[in-house]
Amino acid sequence: MQKFFHDAIEFVPILLQGVWLTIVVTIGSLLLSTVLGLIWALMRVSGIGILTGISAALINVIRGIPIIVLLFYIYFVMPDFGIALSALQAAIIGLGIAYSAYQAENFRAGIEAIDKGQIEAAQTIGMGWWLTMRRVVLPQAVRIILPPYGNIMIMMLKDSSQASTITVAELALQGKLIASSTFKNTSVFTLVALMYLTMSIPLILLVRHFENKANRK
Amino acid sequence: MIELNDVHKSFGKVEVLKGITASVAKSEVVCIIGPSGSGKSTILRCINGLESYDRGEISVEGARVDSNDRSIVAIRTQVSMVFQRFNLFPHRTALENVIEGPLYVKKEPRGQAVARGRALLAQVGLADKAEVHPPKLSGGQQQRVAIARALAMQPKAILFDEPTSALDPELVGEVLSVMRKLADDGMTMVVVTHEMGFARDVADRVLFIDGGVIVEQGAAKSVLNQPQHPRTQDFLRRVLHPL
Repeated sequence: MQKFFHDAIEFVPILLQGVWLTIVVTIGSLLLSTVLGLIWALMRVSGIGILTGISAALINVIRGIPIIVLLFYIYFVMPDFGIALSALQAAIIGLGIAYSAYQAENFRAGIEAIDKGQIEAAQTIGMGWWLTMRRVVLPQAVRIILPPYGNIMIMMLKDSSQASTITVAELALQGKLIASSTFKNTSVFTLVALMYLTMSIPLILLVRHFENKANRK
Repeated sequence: MIELNDVHKSFGKVEVLKGITASVAKSEVVCIIGPSGSGKSTILRCINGLESYDRGEISVEGARVDSNDRSIVAIRTQVSMVFQRFNLFPHRTALENVIEGPLYVKKEPRGQAVARGRALLAQVGLADKAEVHPPKLSGGQQQRVAIARALAMQPKAILFDEPTSALDPELVGEVLSVMRKLADDGMTMVVVTHEMGFARDVADRVLFIDGGVIVEQGAAKSVLNQPQHPRTQDFLRRVLHPL
């Protein structure tokens, strides 16, 4: 145990650099996936045939490709088409796109759960599609969307470790590098696991808060 | 003001409106009665474009109603609708429900919209409920807020789709009395209802609809007191004397 604490004092500062990148990747891809997911979802419920079709196809393609392959594609293949991204940019874009499919399905479920009478009431006071979404549907859908959204946040935090496969030195990769140079696997990976857990706990509490709030109404 | 000319409407293979021709004049109160499934609500929903119609023509003050055209927005701001299940926005207070249209559709200044919203809530007897959210109101109160919301658009006509059918019996009166006041003030109203007393006392005309056609129409008192058509007689007998 004493040895563990000794290792901890030595490795934590290095691992914290990885934590920083983990947070950057998670927040970046969370924002991107939210924006894209909302766009796909709104296209899907737009009632315009071609937009619905594009969105449905896109979601299925994205869902059908493993995140790691998507990351490889963006980081290793895109340069062949003249789009060279840094590893961090590629990670954020890759994870953001990958998760946009799940975000979209969650948003769509929330939007479609709103009573049709609400939309009709909005229409009868002269609201157009976008105003109806913004003032009537989305504010009510948020309550339904938030608990699963919190879960997606937790999954993204953990899946940000996949950025290590394209050389982003986030927490998992930082840990692997220390472990392979010191052979202190137990200490290092225990620390890494604890750090992921520590970052998840606020998110877990946030999800519970959302759920309580959703159940109250 | 509202004209329907040979309006046909099908849902899939079921033809619910089989050639409806009718008109509603300014300040007129028209009640539509008939058995459920006869197409009464569909007529209202076609008038303000919530449903499209297949054939014939509907116009409001000369403007053709086309639910797929942008012009429908202008028509909807002139012809408001009150629903059976109120359809208030639950995440907004009574006052916010009322000023939503004026504020965001008509782009009125907030101060003006709020002042008029409060006046309208007072008009329907709910001045003290302005800050309350709909789920905390009774059905009758919710429906009165919905009427205030419809009035806030300063419409030329209001369509009522069974406005009291979802209410507990003791709450029906408060909604009907608000509607009666509107009628007295000269509002043009089309009311789908099962309240024969209201139809007799308030309506100028009554249309009896069955099977997607207008079976009988005329002055409210004559249709309700001396129905000519056997189907009207049969319907009224069952509604007025259910046992």
